[in-house]
Amino acid sequence: MKRVVLVDDHQMFRTGVKAELGLNVEIVGEAGDVDEAIAVIKATLPDVVLLDVHLPGGGGIEVLRRLTGTVPSRFLALSVSDAAEDVIGVVRGGARGYVTKTISGPELTDAIARVADGDAVFSPRLAGFVLDAFAAADAPAADPELDQITQRERDVLRLIARGYAYKEIAKELFISVKTVETHVSSVLRKLQLSNRHELSRWAAARRLV
Amino acid sequence: MVNGQAPPAARLQRVADGRLVAGVCRGMAANLGVQVLVVRAAFVLLTAASGLGFVVYAALWVLVPRQDVPAVTGTDTGTGTAVAAGRRRGRDWGQLLAYTAVTCGLVSLPAGNRVAQFALWPFVVCGIGAAILWQQADRDQRQRWMLPLRQMWLRSLLGLLLVIGGIGGFVVQNVDVGQARSVVIATLIILTGVAVIATPWVVRLWQDLDTERHERIRSQERAELAAHIHDSVLHTLTLIQRNAGDPREVQRLARSQERTLRTWLYQPRADPDQTFAPAIKAIAGEVEDDHGVPIEVVCVGDTALDDRLGAALQAAREAMVNAAKYAEAPSVSVYAEVSGDEIAIFVRDRGKGFDLDRVPADRMGVRGSIIGRMERNGGKASVRTGPGEGTEVRLEISKS
Repeated sequence: MKRVVLVDDHQMFRTGVKAELGLNVEIVGEAGDVDEAIAVIKATLPDVVLLDVHLPGGGGIEVLRRLTGTVPSRFLALSVSDAAEDVIGVVRGGARGYVTKTISGPELTDAIARVADGDAVFSPRLAGFVLDAFAAADAPAADPELDQITQRERDVLRLIARGYAYKEIAKELFISVKTVETHVSSVLRKLQLSNRHELSRWAAARRLV
Repeated sequence: MVNGQAPPAARLQRVADGRLVAGVCRGMAANLGVQVLVVRAAFVLLTAASGLGFVVYAALWVLVPRQDVPAVTGTDTGTGTAVAAGRRRGRDWGQLLAYTAVTCGLVSLPAGNRVAQFALWPFVVCGIGAAILWQQADRDQRQRWMLPLRQMWLRSLLGLLLVIGGIGGFVVQNVDVGQARSVVIATLIILTGVAVIATPWVVRLWQDLDTERHERIRSQERAELAAHIHDSVLHTLTLIQRNAGDPREVQRLARSQERTLRTWLYQPRADPDQTFAPAIKAIAGEVEDDHGVPIEVVCVGDTALDDRLGAALQAAREAMVNAAKYAEAPSVSVYAEVSGDEIAIFVRDRGKGFDLDRVPADRMGVRGSIIGRMERNGGKASVRTGPGEGTEVRLEISKS
């Protein structure tokens, strides 16, 4: 069973998430602000941290910045905000996925398992943002390996944006679920490392270039 | 009085805090309830005119008792600002020098030519006073002082022209140069002194104005936010309480409010009559409101609307309505993509699906409103569904 730390400044929301996750994961700690989060994560070393984007003390990005490389935990961002700069900012900060708080319990359990295994989790909206950011080659890419996504990756992202689950995508494209996961992880890497103007613009809005 | 001490005595006291010489003027100012600047100016004038000011001051120094409260911080009635109250202030040497300079300047004014050379030194002293004031101010304060100078260069230029004009007037009128010089020097001394005396007061006045303006802007923003929350959020919450027994209606209200609030908070103003992306989001919102099923819209790219896109949007609306009404799915996903002139819209649900071949020929919904409409406008539509598999409607069209 995956060990999870829940970071959110709303007690009510934490209670709700715990109830939804039920017995599928083990909640080993909770925190309501940045300092608390860092202490709890360092003490418990969970598999996955469910991280709210908006937190007192600097936000989820601050937690990611201060913990980068110090803990083996993986981070899944969870937010009510759909704003591009929030989504792109926290993913570039090191989160392995982004889901909105409207996600259902089983979907969240699934996402936690996926992130714990080192894969990426994209919500339809995040997939939309990525397609937007990597759209038409307006300027020649400085680093083609990082600044462009392949046609296959584009196909996968499109299906995610259309609301398909990984299994459905695999069936649709006649590939294995593992291959879908590889494509998504590859996109996540580009999203985190590419210097494309659109990405830096969105990230700069969160002061994270 | 600020900090809960014994109420101020009605009798005159010398105030040690913020004094220049012995605290007589400050004490009088506090006692009379006027600006300390006024009292000081009166003493300076009295001294310059007849020496009386000096005598009176000396007498008061001897006669008036010193206020015996240690480390008072709240006696500064002249200002009462938080900044001044924060620390105990001893003698303000810069101000003292400035007052001295002004007094000397005034004294030397009637003495005329002979004293003119001699009168130069208070001017120097006065300059030192100003320098001390300047040096005491921290960097931010200095920058704040410099700002209006930079902004008022036009006015400065005008002032300079006036000065030159005045000097020109002197020359034309053929006034004795020596006499004129002494008058000019004395005038300069007085003006500089006055400037040094008035500076802290002007700066404070200006800071107060600034604070006041910020307060006003903030309260306006607050009022706007309050109005918005009242019109939308509070209204919705009331409706939710009234409909507490009807979960579907409660969800519909909550979703609708969430959408409005999100648009207001995060999205730039966009006109759904002009471009595609806001238009499809607006349609999804309407369908969601009408049928109480959440519709998630993801839109990539955007373009201006035309007749063909309008038709595609109508078809998409029909597909969303069908999904919301018949699919019995918890939510509907809409994905719209604009790439160049090609537009694709996908409307998908994970509902019960249906058998396309068994839809009666007279049911216009799918065939007429969706497939037919798209084909009439040069696009195409396909429906992928099956019992228990959900439904996906795919619309494709290119811009006209």
